[in-house]
This record gives sequence, structure tokens and C-alpha cells, in this order.
Amino acid sequence: MTHISVKVDGTTYEDDVEPRLLLVHYLRDRLGLSGTPIGCDTSNCGACTVELDGVSVKSCSVLAVQADGGEVTTVEGLARDGELTALQRAFHEKHALQCGYCTPGMLMAARDLLREHPHPTTDEIRHALEGNLCRCTGYQNIVRAVQAASEQEVPA
Amino acid sequence: MTDQIVEGEVGRARLRKEDARLITGQTNWTDNISVNGLLHMSILRSPMAHARIGRIDVSPALARPGVVAAFSGSDLADGLGSLPCAWPVTEDIVLPDHPPIAVDEVRYAGDPVAVVVARDRYAAADALEAIEVDYEPLPPVLDLEAALAEDSPLVHSDKGTNRCYVWPLKTGEDFDSVRQRAEVTLKRRYHQQRLIPNAMEPRAVVVTPLPASGEYTLYSATQIPHVLRVMMSLVTGIPEHKLRVIAPDVGGGFGSKLNVCGEDAVALAVARRIGRPVKWTESRSEGYLATHHGRGMIQDIEIAATREGKVLGLKVDLLADMGAYLMLVTPGVPILGAFMYPAIYKMDAYDFTCTGVFTTRTPTDAYRGAGRPEATFAIERIMDELAVELGLDPVELRRRNWIRHEEFPYTSIAGLTYDSGNYEAATEKALGLFDYDKLRAEQADRNHRGDTVRLGIGVSTYTEMCGLAPSRVLRDLRYGAGGWEAATIRMLPTGKVEVVTGTSPHGQGHVTCWSQIAADVLGVPFEDVEVVHGDTKAAPQGMDTYGSRSLVVGGTAVHHAAVKVVEKARKVAAHLLEASENDLEFTNGVFSVKGSPDARRTIQEVAFETFSSHDLPDGMEPTINAEHLVDPDNFSYPHGTHLCAVEVDTETGQTHIRSYVCVDDVGKVVNPMIVEGQVHGGIAQGIAQALYEEAVYDDDGNLVSGTMADYLVPSAADLPDFVTERTETPATSNPLGVKGVGEAGTIASTPAVVNAIVDALRPLGVQDIRMPCTPERVWRAVRSAKEARS
Amino acid sequence: MIPPAFDYARPASVDEAVRALADAGEDAKVLAGGQSLLPLLRLRLAFPELVVDVGRIPELRGVREDGDTLVIGAMTTHHDVIHDPLVRRHAGLLASATATVADPAVRHRGTLGGSLAHADPAGDLPAVVLALNGELVAQGPRGRRTLPARDFFVDYLQSALEPDELLVEVRVPKADGWGFHYEKFHRVAQAWATVGVAALVRRDDGHIAEARVGLTNMGSTPLRASATEQALSGAGDAQAVARAAESAAEGTRPSQDTSASPEYREYLARVLTRRAVLAAAGMG
Repeated sequence: MTHISVKVDGTTYEDDVEPRLLLVHYLRDRLGLSGTPIGCDTSNCGACTVELDGVSVKSCSVLAVQADGGEVTTVEGLARDGELTALQRAFHEKHALQCGYCTPGMLMAARDLLREHPHPTTDEIRHALEGNLCRCTGYQNIVRAVQAASEQEVPA
Repeated sequence: MTDQIVEGEVGRARLRKEDARLITGQTNWTDNISVNGLLHMSILRSPMAHARIGRIDVSPALARPGVVAAFSGSDLADGLGSLPCAWPVTEDIVLPDHPPIAVDEVRYAGDPVAVVVARDRYAAADALEAIEVDYEPLPPVLDLEAALAEDSPLVHSDKGTNRCYVWPLKTGEDFDSVRQRAEVTLKRRYHQQRLIPNAMEPRAVVVTPLPASGEYTLYSATQIPHVLRVMMSLVTGIPEHKLRVIAPDVGGGFGSKLNVCGEDAVALAVARRIGRPVKWTESRSEGYLATHHGRGMIQDIEIAATREGKVLGLKVDLLADMGAYLMLVTPGVPILGAFMYPAIYKMDAYDFTCTGVFTTRTPTDAYRGAGRPEATFAIERIMDELAVELGLDPVELRRRNWIRHEEFPYTSIAGLTYDSGNYEAATEKALGLFDYDKLRAEQADRNHRGDTVRLGIGVSTYTEMCGLAPSRVLRDLRYGAGGWEAATIRMLPTGKVEVVTGTSPHGQGHVTCWSQIAADVLGVPFEDVEVVHGDTKAAPQGMDTYGSRSLVVGGTAVHHAAVKVVEKARKVAAHLLEASENDLEFTNGVFSVKGSPDARRTIQEVAFETFSSHDLPDGMEPTINAEHLVDPDNFSYPHGTHLCAVEVDTETGQTHIRSYVCVDDVGKVVNPMIVEGQVHGGIAQGIAQALYEEAVYDDDGNLVSGTMADYLVPSAADLPDFVTERTETPATSNPLGVKGVGEAGTIASTPAVVNAIVDALRPLGVQDIRMPCTPERVWRAVRSAKEARS
Repeated sequence: MIPPAFDYARPASVDEAVRALADAGEDAKVLAGGQSLLPLLRLRLAFPELVVDVGRIPELRGVREDGDTLVIGAMTTHHDVIHDPLVRRHAGLLASATATVADPAVRHRGTLGGSLAHADPAGDLPAVVLALNGELVAQGPRGRRTLPARDFFVDYLQSALEPDELLVEVRVPKADGWGFHYEKFHRVAQAWATVGVAALVRRDDGHIAEARVGLTNMGSTPLRASATEQALSGAGDAQAVARAAESAAEGTRPSQDTSASPEYREYLARVLTRRAVLAAAGMG
């Protein structure tokens, strides 16, 4: 067991974990933060994308021990006091989700993009999301949503 | 009294009620469910395609830390029946026994052989490796044609054959005589590769038993909680009234969750055995083996026509890969296609035969479109070939053969009565949006210049049949279930509304759309409607969600139930207003007496009056709630025209979709935003079949494309923007005028893309490219055509 | 799926890491960014007894200049490589090829050293570092040694690193003034390269004075297209480049997989080499 301290969505947790514990299982099974889902075992689908120390990562390909001392933001930590982020609103308004399983990862990947490129082209959006698979939407409305959010004044 | 002003809800692009939870992570996927004492189940699967099971020893697993129980297939065999096939398409179909977990023989790589139950998923995964199994290899059966040979090894040796069934459909004139008078005949062979549906949420099951009373709750990532309850009761022997099935949030299905799976039965059996709650969640690569695949057919198709381009007849011989076992509707999938090969075209003869074949691969079953994409692909591909043969533009050839809008209702050669449609209008609109003539000019220019990058244009004018019904037709097709759907509307005392539906959404937006339908009829605000679904206790009756049936059947049931509520409320309102029912008007949720607009009651007031029941008409049952079950008279037949322009790099074989335009006619539309989303996603999956995806097996029967790194699901960077428009020809088979839309895009798009690629390369001598049209296949086609010419 | 259990060490210095590796013998695995190792563990294709996490060793990160050489810490992430001004100025090929690796989230975790030490011939960066005439610096209990890239990649997923050695830095001669291009051919955006070609071209008076061509996924290791490189010397136009590219697949032994046959890969290598060199030479 290895002792870790991780701040997740604003709360600091201290735990003893097996070194092999994946960050996504730590979030889901240990902390009960099941907003972040798992879609594959090869880091292709991106459903489990979260933010670790300010950048997007696939939490199925990070060990919980690697996040020790770090700060994690999940989809559950995006809205503050019930106030949705511009991206969350845009996903709703542009119908960028159907079953919603890929949505947490898409939101986190899109947020990462907008932090680096606040005004991306559609081509840049498509490439920035290439590590996040969606089976329902054909992506077009996801691209529209990210573009709409990028046109907002407030940060994503 | 407040004035209620409710705009027409149906037809509005209402934002979805479903989204709020999904965009904030407040979800309830099956794997999220946790209860006290929950144990995790892991499943050991066969590493071989075909083998006899010798000794299985689970005891080393039991010695591992955290392990509560471990069972082999034979340990669980007592009390587990065969998994059901609900669609035995012929009387003499070969129906093999299908144990939920293999007992003495494994028949595909991934067939389950043993399970471990442990404190957490890590311990369960570790203990799996300790189980010892001796396999005695048997020969795999992989080639559909070779499997039918006399001397082929058998998948099910007790059945004496790999031929599952032969299903014929011959209508109109005799095809042979039509062929004789035809001036042109063309014969082609097309391959429908195996596909893995890839719903983003892997399958998962949680069982919570209550040993004292023998009650079980099964949470399952399923499209069909109602069917699952009936079937699981039959398989496990748990009485139906003691079994509750819940489909919590379900992350996509596309047919892959339209099944009665061994894992659900095994989880129930294990929970019954140990008396504790059990969870199983498949990993993606496990799902690639364990969850059914789609497609997997060889299509021999022959078309007979006149020189002027009049199609005279069609002959189709199918070989359909069943895989190792018959799942819920495995044999029926190609039969759904049988009716669609003639598509939108008029002809005199149709001769169809499908042979189902067992192989030692993961079973096949419904995947988005189920039979209809295959049929549409074959007919739309050969129509293009015929156009070339006759020197006609492919659109013109279609024009000469399709059913004209004034000919509806029209009974197709396959015996379906298409109620409505306007192929001319959809096609004209699509051609305009696509700028067809300009693209043709560019194509000619590139051909003339001998450009390395060629341009091709693909046409697909499809129709499909969805909302399987009525039930008696399903009986004639030997389908085990009915085609009805149920809805109940509960008017709550405070005027809010609960719609209880038997459909089971997993991304389609039923909560939003059913709210729109109910709000319109009841005249209540959209926000005041909640939709209850996916729980056999809360929504006890239903036939669930598949085959683009939900709106046309389930939505219609909601409509009818709401109409019944209004009629009941009218009686109460008339009584309260001391007026005759005939003198009441009902607008926007308000009953008013004709001529005295001040005498009025809102439907919410009526709901409360009914709740108190202080002053109801004599003899009236104290409720305005209503239930309605609908069994439609006919299928619904969406149609449309899809046009695709593809650039092909003839040097590398790389393809690039330059533009994609479609005009779909799905009848009246409840929510255009949702319809557009369904079309987008459908097109994407159809393109994925054309270009990227294939479940590849090696000669030993191992799945080579066994992870998401090898099975290429396209990303945003791989797909273009789609231009989607609609025409609107209402269905006549339901009061909403709606047709299904869930599968249309997938059915239409695959042939549009492949037609475009072949069209680009035809000047180089290429006639066909097998799917997926990988760069290497395109390159090889170009090269062999070049060699053939020189 | 679930990784098998392992012990875990998180050394704070290279010395400490090397000691941990030396103590563990053959059964230790170095965890860099984890973007290759974790999927392998999850699919249970690797069973290390000890995982040595070198992610908290500051000296392994960052880019610096050493005369005519660029020195990149092994644990510098792909994301940092792409955006590093020194890399962009002096080894643009590396920056542009790294931008094609996987996807943004993977690039945040994955590292240059990790990709090279993984020695996957389908990875983009081994062929790039090979084309750049890079050197790899390993540190072990016996001290440091520097290996030219051509000696580093031994076989499929096998580098010249001893089990007790840690890749600490990558040294790349500055390629100022060289034209460059990485031509990656893949079936979907996040798929591995079916074939990739890394081209570096120094032009002199309108002719190609010197060219280096690295090949991705054309054998069990990354390869140089040596025959093409020689033939390119003095090439002055597109036709000469095309002729030179015809020998790009000489000496390669590409594999068969679901994306391509060896024959097609050899063909692609020729076409993509021509395209990459033309782009690098500004002749496209």
C-alpha cells in the first residue's frame, strides 16, 4: 500500500492504495466519484478524461499513486454552485450528447483545447478531440458546441 | 385561475431534459451502482475458438485473497436453462443448446467457462488467472461456404450440420423467366464484414438478491428490460413476479444491448447461490469477444433489366454468419433485410434465399439497421453498376425505377405496403444541396487530366422498414414477441404529469420527446411532464427499444394515452361546469364552455378534483389516468437520398470524404434537433463500416482486432461535416404521422460512400472494393485494374 | 481490465532510480509517462514485480543547449517537446512529428524518453530521433554511456538499455537550416502509423546536399532509408527525388497486421518518402 494525498474537485483525500490502482478506479470505487466513466482498456476512447494538475489526462492510464500530491478536476467539479460552464451549456444547447457516456471526457478534452486555443477552427477542434470517441453523435454537434463555447466571453 | 398558453410542442427543437445530469456527471450507469456487501464477478473465457473442455479446477482461485466463490460452467449448470432465441425463422431451424456458461465445449474464443466472485474487481481479476482449464482443441469453422460442405467440421456436432436454416422468399414472376426476357443481367458478390457495435458504455450487470423472499433485482445495461425479465425468468427459473429488471442510465446500444446474455443469467445464478449482491462489468476488449457482433454476410445478387433501364427482377442468395450460437434474434436479422432488397424500385420478380451458417465465432445479432443496411448496400451498389452498364447516370436509373409519389400506398414486390413517400422530392432537394452537376464536371476534369486524386460521387436512395408491427405479421414471420407498445399517463394531484413508457431509451431522448407529445395533447407545460422508463416495477409493460420503433409505436401509445386522459378529464370538467361534454372546448389545457368563456377548468384543476373525488360524475372511477397499448397496422417506411463525394488518392489508396449531403424523409418530426442528431450518428456508423471497421479473425478463429487500438472506431478527426435536410411526407399508419429515424443514416450511408469510391476509380477499371475500403484494398484494386488493362 | 499487482518505487533522483533498478534485476519496469506501459499492464501483457516511477525526478525534465547539441530530458512530455522554443528552433522535425503522436491527453503524460525506451517500431519518435542522428544517454550503476540512436534500437520493443539502466537524456544535433517533414500515414487519426517517414534535407544552391530519412513501422526497429539518402545527394528536382525514393524500402522487413501487408508497406514507404523529402526540400 502506498499513501497518497490527492485533491479532487476541491476536496483533499488521503488514502492508502495499492500501487496498481488506476486513477479512474480510485475516483470511482474509492471516492465514489462515478461521474467519470470507463470506456476501454487501451486509452483509445477518452471517456475517462479528467484534468490532472491543469492538463487533460486519461485517468485509465494514470496510476492513483502518480496523482499523489496532485489536483484532479472531474466533470463533477466543473459546475460551481449549480452554474454550468460555457462548455456544459453549449453541449446542452447544441445537442452535443445523446447517451452521454463520452460526454465527461469530451468536456474535459474540449476544456483543455480551449485553454490552449481559445478560438480554435473546426479542424483544430476535430483534431483536439481525436482521442475521445463518441458513437452516437457523429461528432458534428460536439464540434458545434465547442465552437459555440469558444465564442463566449467567459472561460470554458 | 391562470391562463395557460402552451405553444405546439411537437415539431419544436426542445433542448433535452436528459442532458442536465449527463453533462454534470450525475449519472447512474450500471457500473456506478454500489450496495452494501457488493461482490465483483470476473469471467474466465475460452482462449480457443473451438475445444472440448476437459478438467476445470477453480479451487486455486478460491485460495486467493478476497475470493468468496468460484464456479465452473458445470457447477452452475443446474438451474440454468438455455439462452433463448426468440426468432426461429423456419420450422426446421437448427436450434442448438446455448448454455449461459459453457459446460463441455467452447465454440468461440470468448465463450465463458468459469467465474470468480471476490471482494473487489482487482481481486476478482487476479483470481481468474489461478483457474486451471484443460482444453482439447477441435477444428475451428470459419469460412461460410466451406462450413456447408459435407466434410466440414461441425460447430454443433450433435446437429450434424452447420446449416442453421434456409429461408426463401419468391414473389412475382419466376425470376428465371424474367432473366430470359431481360436484355441486361448483372451478377455481383458483396461482402458484409463483421462489425463490433461499440456502444460507448460496456455492458454491465448488478444483481441484488433478497434471499429471505426469493426476490431479485437485476440492473443491466440493456435496451430491453421487459424482454429481459421474461427471458431471465425462463432461463433461471426465478419466478417472473420475483424478478425486477432495471435499465439504469444506459450508454448507447445500437443493438448490442438488445440481447439476453449469459452474463446476466450467470450473475443471477451466482447471486442466488451465494445470497449476496454481485456486479459484473465487461472491459472493452472482453466485450469485443463477449458481446454479439453485427453483419457478417456474403451476398450474391443478380439484377435483370431492359436496355432502357427498367429493372425486371432481382435474385439474392445470402449466406449469413450466425456465429456459434443463436442469440435473441440472430436468425431474424437477415430476414429483416429480405424485404428490403427491392427497396424503392418497381420490378416483376424477386427471388430471395438466405442460408444461416454456424461458425466458431462470437454470435452475431442486431446491429444498427439489422439486415436493412446489408440489403440497401447490395441493391444500391448493383444499381450503380447497372447504370454504368447501361450508360445512364445513376440518379436517372433510379428515377426510371422508383415508385412515384402518386403511386402510394404501394405494395412492393416483397409484399410490403409502403404507406407514403416522395422519392422525387427528397432526391431533387439533395441534388441541389450537393451541387451535383458541378461535382460531376470537376470529376470529368480530373479524369481528363489523369489527376492522381480522383473524385467520385456516390448515390444512395434508400427506404427501410421500422417499428416492427403489427403483432400478427410478426407471428407470420415466426418472431416470438409482439410489436405493441404501452404507455400510461398519470395526472398527479398538483397537476404535474408522469408518462410511463415501455420504451427503454439509451440516448435517443425519449424523455424529451414523450414530454413534447404529452404536453401537446394535455395542454400542460413541457416542464411539468416527467417520463418514467426502464424499470419493470415502475413501468411494468413494454416491448423496449430497438429497430427504430420507439417513436412510431411507443410515442403513438403516449399520444393515445394522453387523448384518453383528456376524454376522462372532459367528463369531470363537464360535471364541474354543469355543462354537457359536447359543449366543452379543450384548448391549451383548458376546458371551457362554448359561448361562456369564463366557465372553465384547467386540466390541472380537474386532476386535483379527481384526486379529492369529492364531486365526480356518478359512477365514475376516481381517476383520469389512462393506459394505452398500441399495435400499429403497419411498419413505417422512412426514406431519403444520400449523396457522398469522395476524393481518392490513387497513389496510396487513401480516401477522403469531401462532402456529404442527405435529405431524409422521416415523416412528421417531434423534435428536429434530435432527428438531426440521430441522422448524424447514423451516417457516422455507416461510414465507419464503409471505411474503417472490421472484426478480423485469424485462421485459428482468434479475434485479431481484439482491442480498440486495432478495431478502428472513427474519431471527430476522421469524419466530415454532414449537410442534413428533410422532406416531410407524413406516415399514414399512426396519428402523429411519424416514421423511425434511429437507423436511417446507417442504412443509407454505407453504399453512398462505397459507390463514391468505386465511381472515382471506375475510369481506371475498378468495379468493386470490399469493405472496409482500406487504403491497401483501394490501392490493390487500382493496381489489379491497371494490370488487367495492360 | 486490471493491472497485475506490483511493488512501487518513486525515486527522487536518477541515482536512486538506478539503485532501485539494479536491486530488482530483470523484473523491474520503468514507469515514465505510462502511456505505453499502463495499457500493457491493463491487458496483462506485462507482469513486472517492481515499477520504478521516474516521474518525480526534476533533472530528467526540460530542454537545454549544449553547444551544437540540443539536450532533452528523457521525461520531457510530448506536450512540452512540441511547445519548447529550443526544440522548435533547432529540431523542428521532432516538434512536428511529436504533434502527431496519439492525442492531446496522451501527449500530456507521454514522454520522449518513454517512447524511445519502449522501442516500438510503430512509434513515431524512434525513426525521428534516428533521422536526427540523435544520441541516447543511459545511466546505470557503472555510470553513464551514450548510444547513437542506430545502436539503441535492437529489436521489436527492445532497446540496448540494460535492465539496470535508465534513459536520462536525448541529445540531438541542431538541425538549423535543414528542411524537415514527417509524413505519417494512418487509417484513423489516433491509429499507429501504418508507415511514417521522417525526412531531413539540407539544400545547397537549389540541390539537395544531404538528406536523412527515417522510417517508422518498416521493420522490427526504426530504420534509415540509406540507399535513398545516398541517391538523394545532389538531387535537383522532383524527378530526381522520385527516383531516389524508389529505393526507400531496400533492406526493410515490415510486418503484416490488420492495417497493411508487408508489400503495401514497402510500396507506401517509397511513395511517402518521395512526398516527405519533397516537402522537406520545399520542392512539393
